[in-house]
Amino acid sequence: MEFFKANPTILFMKQRWIAAVISAIIFICSVVSLSIHGLNLGSDFTGGTQAEISFLQPTDATQLRKQLVNAGFTQATVQAYAQTAQSTSQHRYSVRVGLHKSLTPEQLKVKLLQAMPGAKMNSLEYIGPQVGKQLMTNGILAVVLVFIGTMIYIAIRFEYRFAISAALALVHDPVLILGIFSFFHVEFNMIVLTGLLTVIGYSLNDTIVVYDRVRENFRKIRKATPLEIMDLSINQTLSRTIITSGLTFSVVVALFLFGGQSVHEFSLAMMIGIVVGTYSSIYVAGSLAIAFGLTRLHLIPQQKLIDDMP
Amino acid sequence: MNQYPLWRYLFIIILILFGALYATPNLYGTDPAIQIQPKSGQPVSAAIIAKIKNTLSQQTIFPDAIQQQNTGLLIRFKDTEDQLKAQGYIQALVADQATVALNLAPRTPHWLRALGAEPMKLGLDLRGGIHFLYRVDTSAMLKERMSGDVHTMGDALRHSNIRYAHIAQAPAANDKTQNGIVIAFRSVADRDQGLTLLQKQTINSDYQFTTSQKNDRFFVNAAFLPQAEIALEEQAVTQNLNTLRNRVNELGVSEPVIQQQGKNQISVDLPGIQDTARAKEIIGKVATLHFQLVDTQHDAATVVSSGVVPFGDTLFQYEGQPVLLKNDVVLHGTSILSAATITDDNGRPAVSVRAGGNEVSRFNQITGDNINKPMATVYIETRAVQHIVDGKVVTTEKQFPKVINIANINNALGNSFQITGLDSNYAAKNLALLLRSGAYTAPIVAISENTVGPSLGKDNIRSGTLACEMGLLFVAIFMLFYYGLFGLLADIALTLNVVFIVAIMSLIGATLTLPGIAAIVLTVGMAVDANVLIYERIREELRQGVSPHASIYAGYERAFVTIVDANVTTLIVAVILFALGSGPVQGFAITLIIGLLTSMVTAIFFTRAAVNLIYGKRRIEKLSIGMKTDNG
Repeated sequence: MEFFKANPTILFMKQRWIAAVISAIIFICSVVSLSIHGLNLGSDFTGGTQAEISFLQPTDATQLRKQLVNAGFTQATVQAYAQTAQSTSQHRYSVRVGLHKSLTPEQLKVKLLQAMPGAKMNSLEYIGPQVGKQLMTNGILAVVLVFIGTMIYIAIRFEYRFAISAALALVHDPVLILGIFSFFHVEFNMIVLTGLLTVIGYSLNDTIVVYDRVRENFRKIRKATPLEIMDLSINQTLSRTIITSGLTFSVVVALFLFGGQSVHEFSLAMMIGIVVGTYSSIYVAGSLAIAFGLTRLHLIPQQKLIDDMP
Repeated sequence: MNQYPLWRYLFIIILILFGALYATPNLYGTDPAIQIQPKSGQPVSAAIIAKIKNTLSQQTIFPDAIQQQNTGLLIRFKDTEDQLKAQGYIQALVADQATVALNLAPRTPHWLRALGAEPMKLGLDLRGGIHFLYRVDTSAMLKERMSGDVHTMGDALRHSNIRYAHIAQAPAANDKTQNGIVIAFRSVADRDQGLTLLQKQTINSDYQFTTSQKNDRFFVNAAFLPQAEIALEEQAVTQNLNTLRNRVNELGVSEPVIQQQGKNQISVDLPGIQDTARAKEIIGKVATLHFQLVDTQHDAATVVSSGVVPFGDTLFQYEGQPVLLKNDVVLHGTSILSAATITDDNGRPAVSVRAGGNEVSRFNQITGDNINKPMATVYIETRAVQHIVDGKVVTTEKQFPKVINIANINNALGNSFQITGLDSNYAAKNLALLLRSGAYTAPIVAISENTVGPSLGKDNIRSGTLACEMGLLFVAIFMLFYYGLFGLLADIALTLNVVFIVAIMSLIGATLTLPGIAAIVLTVGMAVDANVLIYERIREELRQGVSPHASIYAGYERAFVTIVDANVTTLIVAVILFALGSGPVQGFAITLIIGLLTSMVTAIFFTRAAVNLIYGKRRIEKLSIGMKTDNG
């Protein structure tokens, strides 16, 4: 089976201005959405309140959660404790709700008990955002280090113009994902941050495959403009880009459909990321390198990587 | 041209066997179990086993198997509910004589275990349990230390007849730090004398001394060194780590993970258990210390024979001998700030103790009044004890006091004193350890808590495995249709890759978490990229009319550079995630790292070997790589 019988000759670089406009519009929309809505931060980051409640009768945890959500605790999670020999007469649940700054602990307790008639509250604890603060700093630090680390690697293996354009294409991806998360109010938690960073790695993967071909073609073909080389390279790697992206996408879809609640947001971030990453490595990374004035000369004297054909 | 030497094939076969062998234990699964470890070191007696069986069957709990192992008795159950229910009863039965721990016992057969093959550890999210995160509040400890040192320095000056106007902790520079002591003198001479004295004392080596003057007052400013503050913080965290470990052992959890996280946080993972309330109760409890005077007016031996304990006294045992202690506590453990082993002036092992707080002046006075009389150190542990009352398990708390040292008071003791006359270095070390565990500990604050039910864990495993299978299946079918025989080879490589990830994780003892499963799924997608890159390249060469053999060669050689470049960048991301992430993120990162590395081997080396084996020795007209062109 073949999707591409011969190398396609799509003039990607001709479309680069259209792509630039589209990118710019979505980018600005994302930033606007982020500044208006902000991110729906999960309780990993914001802190929250954890309560232990008990009922005399067994209750359905999903039903409890519904009651809490209806009462305005949108981030509520409910978990049933296992029965132990010590607690056969009680059915205990752990309830966790997000941060409600406007309520005093007393008010919160009353409101929680109203939402769950028949419950007895054994404990109510505030979980500070300290973890969150540290997670946040570490998360931001991780993003910064990922950028620096990969840029250094690309600068060493390729050329600094590639490094800068790859990095810019990279900024583009997570911002779009964050924008979508903010616009649709999807919870942003630690796992999503992990997904975001993985997307950075993934998108970079795509970009590098294209750059690798650009480097090879610059060395092989003498009479071609950088624009032509870029177009040729993207076309040559297009089948690979689409097959790999498609396969990884379908694997992540499997994760989204079957992987259970806890990896939902992660796989969602990955799904958006793969689409955006594929687009950005085709349209953004390549055109940026050209925009930075990449020419054949930059790639020639580097190393002896020209393969000898046997 | 496309042939591998024999040793390469042998190497690949060995690798595959190795991977399969160490991945196998994961297929056997685990049983919820309870491990009973007698404190005597002897195996559990048949009588006790019979008693346990009897009690459990009364509660309609029927264990799957009861096995004697060299680590103790292992009782396997059919589910976690039975296991949790049985725990209380067994604990009550064996009481003090053994530790009872919840366990997940692998069903790994003997011959595999003999080869060191064990299944992967499962994270809390997959097997259920409780996760706590504590923050150690070191500021309280620092404050305590400062106030102790204010006393010590004041005492030192007074003893040397150096007059000072006042001594106090330096007013806080900002809200957070309280890191210094200010001593005011009335004359330059006094101040300089004082300064020389304080600087000379090794006990003050944690301070940097400076002088200043304001109006008619002359000051010595002792600034607590930042590195000393760090050391103090570290000490507070280590001390808490140790206490938490001791406490958790009492909870009866096998494989608890207690580790420092960041600068001053401690994370506690308690797999298998569900009862947060009990866990918190036990973790929150600390051992305490009492310093008490020995009653020398009464004879302990007579008290033992008469059975009449004098009023205000308690009878204890110390090194097999009865000893009478006065009930009045001279100094509490909460006043002890630190204890360390040293060698005394005679070169013999000793323990140096540093105390602080309001109790110290009274301690100083009482010890001064009782010079040459013995004083005992009593270590008190509070333990939860379980009994069976009316067929139900009841937990009560009981205190276990124990005399750990008796020494003569040589002079009035203050903020810093030594316990000498110890038999050996070992005894000194042990005493210091006990002193520390009963000493003042910086308070810990729970900042997050997470309980995962055992059923949720099972659901997570099920859904994770399903996602993995579905993803793999889809990719496999696509590759087979799209690339023909080459696709099939890639599929085999992908499967082997998953086997290798599992084998390596089992071998290095990494913990599998749900994000880890997500990483495996993701690696399937990424590993196939290497094959896609290679195969697309081969097709490209074929289209250009290159011969099949040359195409295979060029495809692998050229794509190799690209694959390495692409994977190294992803590897950089994964390593950073591992370094900066915590808990679930690290589980994801470590799996991704392993997956990336193994995928390079399977996707490039293995498929190439297979291709060489199939096509290497003959002239070929056509490659089964899914192309319908006739030039191939």
